[in-house]
Order: sequence, then C-alpha cells, then structure tokens
Amino acid sequence: VTALLPTEFADLEPFAATWCLATEAERWDRRMSSTMPELVEFHDAALPRLDAAIEHCDRHPLDALPPDVEHLLQLVHSVAMVAMAVEIFGQAKTVDSADAVLHRVKEPLP
Amino acid sequence: MTMAPWPKPAEGTWTEHYPELGTGPVSFEDSVSPEFYDLEREAIFKRAWLNVGRVEDVPKVGRWFTKEIQIAGASVIVVRGKDEQVRAFHNVCRHRGNRLAWTDHPGEERSGVCRQFTCKYHGWRYDLDGALAFVQQEDEFFDLDKSQNGLEPVHCDVWNGFIFINLDREPRQGLREFLGPMITALDGYPFDRLTERYDFVADNNSNWKLFADAFQEYYHVPSLHPQQVPIAVRDPEGGFTCAHFQCDGPHRAVSTAGPRRWTLDPAYMYPIELATRSGLVGPWRAPDLGPLPSGVNPGGVEPWGITNFQIFPNIELLIYSSGWYLLYRYWPTSVGTHRFEGTLAFQPACSARERVEHEVASVVFKEFALQDAGMLGGTQAALETGAVREFHLNDQEVLVRHFHKVVGDWVDDYRLETSELVP
Repeated sequence: VTALLPTEFADLEPFAATWCLATEAERWDRRMSSTMPELVEFHDAALPRLDAAIEHCDRHPLDALPPDVEHLLQLVHSVAMVAMAVEIFGQAKTVDSADAVLHRVKEPLP
Repeated sequence: MTMAPWPKPAEGTWTEHYPELGTGPVSFEDSVSPEFYDLEREAIFKRAWLNVGRVEDVPKVGRWFTKEIQIAGASVIVVRGKDEQVRAFHNVCRHRGNRLAWTDHPGEERSGVCRQFTCKYHGWRYDLDGALAFVQQEDEFFDLDKSQNGLEPVHCDVWNGFIFINLDREPRQGLREFLGPMITALDGYPFDRLTERYDFVADNNSNWKLFADAFQEYYHVPSLHPQQVPIAVRDPEGGFTCAHFQCDGPHRAVSTAGPRRWTLDPAYMYPIELATRSGLVGPWRAPDLGPLPSGVNPGGVEPWGITNFQIFPNIELLIYSSGWYLLYRYWPTSVGTHRFEGTLAFQPACSARERVEHEVASVVFKEFALQDAGMLGGTQAALETGAVREFHLNDQEVLVRHFHKVVGDWVDDYRLETSELVP
C-alpha cells in the first residue's frame, strides 16, 4: 500500500485513510460518524505533531503542495475538526445544537 | 474573568441615551404574526437597500449570479457588464415570463459566466446590459420593439465592494444616504484585500429577526456558550459587558473591548488554540492592513476587540481588530423561518500556517453559531404559544430594542402611506 503522508509522518499514517479529507463537509461528516474513542485516539496522536506538520507543509508554496504534503495539511484541518468534539464538547455533536445545520459551501483549498 | 466597567453615556445607560427607545418591556409579536410578516415584505424588503454579494462574486465581464429574495417574491440576476459596471435585473424573460438564468432547478441560486443570457424557453437573448439582442422568428411578432423589451432593471449600487439592490420602483434614498454616517465611516477599510472566503448557509426555524437578535448582544454568551473558555476557568456568574453601543438611523453598532484572548493565562485557551495560535476570535496575529479608518472603532475604545455593525435590515458586519471580518445575512423565507448566510473573510493565506489559522477560526465559528441556531427553533415555537407577551430587555440588549423599534417604525410608515391612499 502506498503511503498517503510524507515518510516523516509515518506515525500518523494509520489515520490518513480516514482523515485526509479535502473539504470541511467531508471532515464534519466523518466526525459525526465516528465514536468518541476514535476521535480521542486521533486527536491525542496528532495534536502533539501539529506544529511539525504545519512546518513541513510550509517548506512548499501553499499553491504547489506535493500530494503527500497536501494530505498532511488535510490531516491538520481534521485535527481542528475533532478538537471541537474532544477538547470542547466531549461528544461528536455540538452541545445544544438541536437540529441546526450550517453548510460550508465555499472554502479555499487545500 | 471580570471585565472592566466600561463607561456609559451621561444619561446613565445606553438605552436612555436614545430616549425614543423607552425602557419598558417589548413584544415579539413582530416575529410570530403572519400579518406583520406581510407588512415587512412591502415596508422593508421592497424598500430598503439589500446586500446580495460582493464584487468578487462577479470578478470578470460576463460573470453573474442569481439571488432569490423569497419574502419579496423576487429573483434577481447580478452581472458584470462589458463596461465593467455591475448591474441587476429581474430574472424574468420579457417574452413569456420564464426564469431567465438558471440551471438544473429554476428555484435555486446559481452563478456562471456568459456573453449573453439566453432564455431556455424560446431562445430570446439579452446582452449583459439587459438589452434584448435576439428574438427567434422576430417577423412572426406584432409591433414588437426590441429596444423597449430589455430585462427589467433592479436598482443596484456598490459600497466598498458590497453589492446592494433596491426593489423599490424609485428608492427613497440613494445607497450612501441610506447607509448614513456611521456605516460610511468604514470607507477605506480594505475589504477588497480580504478575499479568502469561507461561506456558510443554513435554513433556520426562526423568524429572521431572532437570529439577528442573537448576534447583536453579548449578554447571552456566558450562558449559552459556556464552552467558549475551558471548564477550569468558567465562572458561572461571570457576565459580559460591551464597551460601546451606537445607533445611527436604522443601523446599529456594538464594540467589545478588553484584553486579547491570547494574552490571557493559557488556562483560558483550548489545546487546539495554543497549537495553532488561532481560535474563537480568529487568528492571533493580524495581517498588516495599513492604517484603518477610525470608523471601525466608533467609540474609540481601547483595547479594541470587535465592532459588530448591523446594517438595516438584514446584515451584520463584524470587523475584528485582528484583521478579518464576518458577514451575516438573514433572508426571511416565512414568518417562522429564514435562510442564514455567514461568511468569514481573510487576507489570502500565503502559507500553510496562515491557512490553518483561518481554518481553525472557521471551525470554531461554526460550533458556536450552531448553538445559537439550535436554540432559535425553540424560541420561535415558544413565542408562538403566545403564553408570554411582554419581555424585559436590559441595557446590554439596547440594540435588540432598537432593531425591533426600527422594524416597527418602517412598518408604521408604510401603513400610514398606504392608508393615506385610500379615499
């Protein structure tokens, strides 16, 4: 199997297939369909690596990231997504959000 | 966290500084009455200037988008013409009334690029300036003067890159006059540089004014959003006091002040904020936007945090001292529902680190907006019971009071004018 992430981030490779997602809509859906133990495991493994990951991405121009580095940036975006559940709410869904939805319909990529 | 006691006006309170507002309890009948909703259609949405987009939405000649303004029964095309001017037209073919610009579903908002608009029904074509350019089998018609059958124009003007339309036959005020001195004091703010956008939409089960209310006071923040600070530092009785309130005509503003979030003890921040140096109030570092107009901080408060401008009737513009802005629009879809649009706008990221800062701000924004949105269906349902008819607003909610007062005033003006027409 070909690695999705740069070799320096092989420790995060087990999460890559699940969390290297291009859009917020995909990351949101993945958070909602994950269990809290899954979210916590990913968060706790990836958060300490966040700074190194961002620095690695910044070795390249933002508009010309090689595919493995683009995956790494997508993984960083996913850490932000799961941090809301793990650090703030203690559950996947926003506390007291009832039936409210908020669709992100336009965003810069990656 | 105790906020400094920001000084109030000489009258003693912000509310009494605007004596026409009164201090008594208010009714939210205006948010549940179908009859009032019908009046808002005519009195407000067919009369006020309405922001429908930004010039960046039509960046080149021939670029267009459509806007459905359901309460006014209007579908509008906004397009950049060959002369670079941005114009608006009713999205209606002059031949048989077909919706002109659409794909896939005529009731949904679309955008695109074209040299001419071509009606799907019988192939009539219109130039970007609205002129009728081509009629299929023109010689089959009777006395058809093409020069008199261009697209029906909608009044359209641009302020600092924000495209406004006005559905009135003859607007009572020009756009700048309507915006007034407080809003036009933002002239020169570099909106044109903050073009990296995160756009959100949602259909919400509440009257359009109720969501606006939730964003024009901060009194609710400690109670509804306790998670804005980590649990270890939450103060269950800690309030929040804003530094400055201002009303100008139908428009309003509120400024927050106080120490920057990131200058507080790290215990006040979540790990993701410390790791990315971004979060609840956006990126910690501000881009160099050069000198800003003093209008961004109309009360001159220091240290300035955010100014939230509510431009009547249905938009809010939140300018952050850290060099980005939020824009909300509330489009009524029925008395008890509306469509919410939210945009975060940043100077385009030059590095992955900046992009992550923007992403984190956008993710946090959604979480707390969902809490406001989730609550409002309950507010609407509770108001509709009619069990309680008078509600007390405090001085921190002066802008809620002003908003409903202005809506009522516009409706009263309309009623007066139309009753005068009846002999």
